[in-house]
Amino acid sequence: MTAETIIQSLASGLLMGLLYGLIAVGLALIFGLMDVVNFAHGEFLMLAMYVTFFLFTFFAIDPLLSAPLAAAALFVLGAAVYLLIVRFAMRAKANVGMVQIFATFGLAIVMRGLAQLFFTADYRSVPNSWLGGKTVSVAGIYLPQPQLFGALVAIAAFGGLYLFINRTDFGRALEATREDPGAVALVGIDKNRVFALGWGLGGALVGLAGAIMATFFYIYPDVGASFALIAYVTVALGGFGSVFGAFAGGIVVGLVEATTALILPPSLKSVGIYAVYLLVVFIRPRGLFGSM
Amino acid sequence: MDKQFVARRRRDLITAAGLAAVAAIVPLFVKDVYVQNIMVLTLMYAALSQSWNILSGYCGQISLGHALYFGLGAYTTALLFTKFGVLPWFGMIAGGLISAAIAMALGYPCFRLGGHYFAIATIVIAEIGLLLIQNWDWAGAALGIDIPVRGDSWLKFQFTRSKLPYFYFALVLACVAWFVTWWLEDSKWGYWWRAVKDNPQAAESLGVVVFNSKMGAAAVSAFLVAVGGSFYAQFVSYIDPGSVMGFQFSLLMALPAVLGGIGTLWGPMLGAVILIPITELTRSYIGGSGRGVDLIVYGALIVLIALARPEGLVGLFSRRRKEATR
Repeated sequence: MTAETIIQSLASGLLMGLLYGLIAVGLALIFGLMDVVNFAHGEFLMLAMYVTFFLFTFFAIDPLLSAPLAAAALFVLGAAVYLLIVRFAMRAKANVGMVQIFATFGLAIVMRGLAQLFFTADYRSVPNSWLGGKTVSVAGIYLPQPQLFGALVAIAAFGGLYLFINRTDFGRALEATREDPGAVALVGIDKNRVFALGWGLGGALVGLAGAIMATFFYIYPDVGASFALIAYVTVALGGFGSVFGAFAGGIVVGLVEATTALILPPSLKSVGIYAVYLLVVFIRPRGLFGSM
Repeated sequence: MDKQFVARRRRDLITAAGLAAVAAIVPLFVKDVYVQNIMVLTLMYAALSQSWNILSGYCGQISLGHALYFGLGAYTTALLFTKFGVLPWFGMIAGGLISAAIAMALGYPCFRLGGHYFAIATIVIAEIGLLLIQNWDWAGAALGIDIPVRGDSWLKFQFTRSKLPYFYFALVLACVAWFVTWWLEDSKWGYWWRAVKDNPQAAESLGVVVFNSKMGAAAVSAFLVAVGGSFYAQFVSYIDPGSVMGFQFSLLMALPAVLGGIGTLWGPMLGAVILIPITELTRSYIGGSGRGVDLIVYGALIVLIALARPEGLVGLFSRRRKEATR
């Protein structure tokens, strides 16, 4: 194992990690806002990948251009899921936590079923997109363009999100609702509207991630499952609900995955991520950046 | 409270005995192999969910990784039998004890974690177990283990001609899991668990050793689930990592209890009796073409029940009963 190989895989790990952060940040945002874990998050990603695939196949729109469309579609989906399902799940008088888990989990199964029914179980891909399969060489290290672009989008999205939360009225309303949903009602903020927009925003972020994933990953109805578990670990690693934590958690997960792949056979590369998660929460039971 | 409570517990016991007796006669009239198969699975999931309910329902530690213990039970039995010729009955006990020991070893660091951190830790640990077995060549790796047929006998717990013996074992298992829950509900452990679930700080201040009671719940729960896994290995006679340790098993164990009523005596049983036949029937009647309609129906049902009956379906019965006694 040469130094070059190590740097090469750490660099790819970093890029992938930023993308993991982008996949996970919607989950963290929603959790921070209202303490709900969306168990259909992986299926949101799957749907965004299909949206990108169909826009490419039927209208020849490159994923680079259709990414905002995928984000918009997922914004609508996220808000609709809140208004039609989660809003009612939160009203449960007993077992609120379990009701939320199983309401969103049931939704995940329905979405997978719908994908099988309408899109079939075939593996799809977006061939010959502008970035797909191309690499760029930086100081002797080869970086795949889709991941590189994805990492840049992730950084931009996190920057945008930071400004959005801190500099806009809605962002401040979001932050205030997160801190005290009862009190915001007194100053005339409609809690349901904020929650719906929060879900929409969470959806839009995973929609962006899905459009990029579609350029270098196979698209099939169950594709969300494996990324969902990584997203949960990322969010928990960062400290549930912390948007910055999801960003940092994603980078950690990407680097650990790349390192594990150097040491263990490829089929065991996820073991490293899981082991690091356990190690972190055993030492810090609320993740890296969670409040103690 | 006392008299009513004792009367209620006695009535529960009599009801359970009556239901078990009725269930025992059913396969004498229902000869259809397909239906018998569904009945075996229903009883097995009732037992698994009842066991899951001990840790997650009564003690409030939501585990989404019980597939680990199910898989350990199945693998211990299958490996001991195929590699060393150990009878499945011993494998079943060994699998149960190994699982209980592992549950306690994992509980030691994990029970410090709260809420979602705990639930995700259980998922992650079960996934690590799955990945390790998939890469363990001696245990068949991803291909799994084919349990050789050595002729029908109770000694080897193998039956190729009839499903009835499996049915009766699953019935006994479901009864045992139910009875253990019934018995623990009114023991000091049962009270500790509910106290730990409702308010761990208050429980601790009243002298409940929170940590130990979680460990006890984990051990009992894991032991029973492993026995179920061991049974499943004999029942299907072929196991591979994904089919006994996959994440879906963790959910299939939790679902009946959640739908029926989490942390209740009858919830898991009721949930399994409704959910498992629906799962199997939708799979074979509208899911045959692999077009996903079965998933849509199944998923929609979960959403609807979760939203409409958050306290579980068992609430339907208790309300009626309350009115009747009034």
